[in-house]
Amino acid sequence: MNSTTSFVQLANATSLPWAEVPAWPVAEFVRVTAAALERGGRLCAWFGVPEPMATVGPSKAEGPAISLVAIVASDAENILAVGRSAPFSGKYPALTPLNHQAHLFEREVWEQHGVEPEGHPWLKPVRRTAGTAPAVGEFFRVDGGEIHEVAVGPVHAGVIEPGHFRFQCAGEEVIHLEIALGYQHRGVETAMAGGPHRATLSQMETVAGDSTIAHTTAYATVLETLAGGEAPLRAQWLRAIALELERLASHTGDLGALAGDVAFLPTSAACGKIRGDFLNLSALLCGNRFGRSLVRPGGCGHDLEPARAQQLLSRLETHLADIEQAATWLWDAASVRARFENVGTVFASQATEIGLVGPAARASGLVRDVRYDHPAGWHRFAQAPVAVWSGGDVLARARVRWLEIQRSGQFIREQLASPPDGAVREDLLPAAPETLAVALVEGWRGEVCHVALTDAAGRFRRYKIVDPSFHNWTGLALALRGQAISDFPICNKSFNLSYCGFDL
Amino acid sequence: MTITILGFALRLALWLLLAPLLPGLINKVKAWVAGRRGPPVLQLYYDLARLWRKGVVLSTLASPGFIIAPAVAWVALVGAALLLPLGPGGTALSFRGDVLLMIYLLALARFCTVWAAMETGSAFEGMGSVREVSYAVLTEAAIIAAVLSLCVHTGGLSLATILAPAAGAGAALLAGGLFTVLLAENCRVPFDDPNTHLELTMIHEVMVLDHSGPPLAAILHGASVKLLLFSVLLVQAVIPLGDLSPLAAGGALAGGVLVVTIGVGLVESLLARFAFRQVPFLLTLAFLLCLFALLVAWKGGAA
Repeated sequence: MNSTTSFVQLANATSLPWAEVPAWPVAEFVRVTAAALERGGRLCAWFGVPEPMATVGPSKAEGPAISLVAIVASDAENILAVGRSAPFSGKYPALTPLNHQAHLFEREVWEQHGVEPEGHPWLKPVRRTAGTAPAVGEFFRVDGGEIHEVAVGPVHAGVIEPGHFRFQCAGEEVIHLEIALGYQHRGVETAMAGGPHRATLSQMETVAGDSTIAHTTAYATVLETLAGGEAPLRAQWLRAIALELERLASHTGDLGALAGDVAFLPTSAACGKIRGDFLNLSALLCGNRFGRSLVRPGGCGHDLEPARAQQLLSRLETHLADIEQAATWLWDAASVRARFENVGTVFASQATEIGLVGPAARASGLVRDVRYDHPAGWHRFAQAPVAVWSGGDVLARARVRWLEIQRSGQFIREQLASPPDGAVREDLLPAAPETLAVALVEGWRGEVCHVALTDAAGRFRRYKIVDPSFHNWTGLALALRGQAISDFPICNKSFNLSYCGFDL
Repeated sequence: MTITILGFALRLALWLLLAPLLPGLINKVKAWVAGRRGPPVLQLYYDLARLWRKGVVLSTLASPGFIIAPAVAWVALVGAALLLPLGPGGTALSFRGDVLLMIYLLALARFCTVWAAMETGSAFEGMGSVREVSYAVLTEAAIIAAVLSLCVHTGGLSLATILAPAAGAGAALLAGGLFTVLLAENCRVPFDDPNTHLELTMIHEVMVLDHSGPPLAAILHGASVKLLLFSVLLVQAVIPLGDLSPLAAGGALAGGVLVVTIGVGLVESLLARFAFRQVPFLLTLAFLLCLFALLVAWKGGAA
């Protein structure tokens, strides 16, 4: 291949034969990827595919060989691009110095496959365990007589997931925050190899338990794409409704949690209840409040009869009116605005540089929404306006959530009015061999990315999951720079990232 | 002699037994506003009984001060409370200048809490101590200005004489100032959030994170005594109980404390807490209110 050849393009929720993915020598591949990102691309995924030893050739054996794969999204052109490196082992020139979106990805590849990105500025494990705790390595330290270090977690005072936060502070001001995760690493990707297995679907439902619909939709879409088809329209319609219900519940919970963190009781108490109401709507769909057992490869596990659809709509209206009241209390309270405004700002330039996704990116003024940029499934026919707010502070992230609550509500209203006919589930054909499939879904936290590569028998040779939290934890660290350490909880809640989705 | 001892014991019992009621009432008000049922009014009593039966977990780094300091703080707070007259009930111990002793006992209690917090060397507790001490600079100034205005108004120097006739014309100013000080000193919203589990945002709660068992019970009980103390002080500074019959005065005092308690609950229900950088402004406002009360007492008396 010569260096002028660019990545091969494909749309969201499509596949292409592995042989058609262009390959470059690894150093060249890093340069081509950097150039693609430079043109406004966004790094959706960057991962290694283990290669059989035979393809490496007679060169020096420095450990197992891999191919690097990059999925780059061009949001403006509504297209994805894929490229890969030729198999190699040992060291390669790092992409991170050229583009910071690759920072965590390269650390992850180094950890999983043992290939070292030369020139990576902060090469340390992402989630690898050493004994009983993650091997988090050295932390970035600020020296000085007035600097003090605050270590929070992994065991927290509330009932939340484990993660370690290391603050370098001068008095109340945070100079630097480093986040160390990995305490929930379960080996989800490793378990996928050779799959799909019997347990795979359950595992996909719990990649991040609060984003069940998003992750299962991505997984089912990958399988359907590999089988050369798609789910029945009615199933796609149901999935889109369930995805918005998931968003409604989570955003409501987040608004309540934000209110709770500044001790604003009215909204905090009301949202706790309304979140439960929205979860119960998911339960109305499929019998489970988190949407387990709804999305199935080839369709949906449950149908929505007209009677239940009517009940869903009428209950939805009640809950939307409730959340409107609770949100009004929040926006009307001057004491709340004083806490949210100009706190934890992530500037649009920073958000672009680190590849932020989801509500956090939209709160920094970036128009980034998979439902709009890379529509697949039902979103090809029905879309909600992208909710964007400029400012990048806690208020903006709260405001984006409120906008999305309103638009999700409206979206469900419209979709319930015009259901497509037909079955909700069809049998899947066997997956195509030696094929790469990509599925992006806009979960409530942001872009959920699943990539599958099949072997000669049509089983998973490599399955890569990128939870939106993987992109966004860096954003939280940036938001904290120069802030009061006492504002960490509201900054953290305004992102509300997943630990288990990151840890996999 | 027996009557004095009996009266003293009664007063002590009243302070010790009634104090834990206040946080329970505040929580009930908050629950009511939020539409919840809330914990029982007597929850703090249950908590104290439970903590008293528990063992103590001690850091290997902590000196005996870790245990001694909460005990000293508790004694200091109860001592300060006993100096305060209870409306028509008078006071257990009254002498010229006892008001200064009360202020110093409160400061001693604060010193001991900070001392115990620093014992474990935790970064959280260090941050809490820094916040506690820096805000105390402003609240103590407000308390001193408030007490001074009462002294100037009445020309007395003991709590029994300065509190009986209330603050007169400056009562409204003093009420505003002392209520703000009450919220700050007792770690209520908008200064602190007694319900939060977020270590990084706490002031008082974070200082007692490493305490357990009976010392924690002493700290929690001491905090409730302090809340009652400030409520009683506020009510007596504002309502002229000396002019009422003993029965009416007793009722007015109890009613006043109840109103203050409900007021605290309502503030917590309807207001978000402030960012730390804004706290000094509000405390300075409280100080200014008390200072103007002092001016009113001084010039108002001359006019």
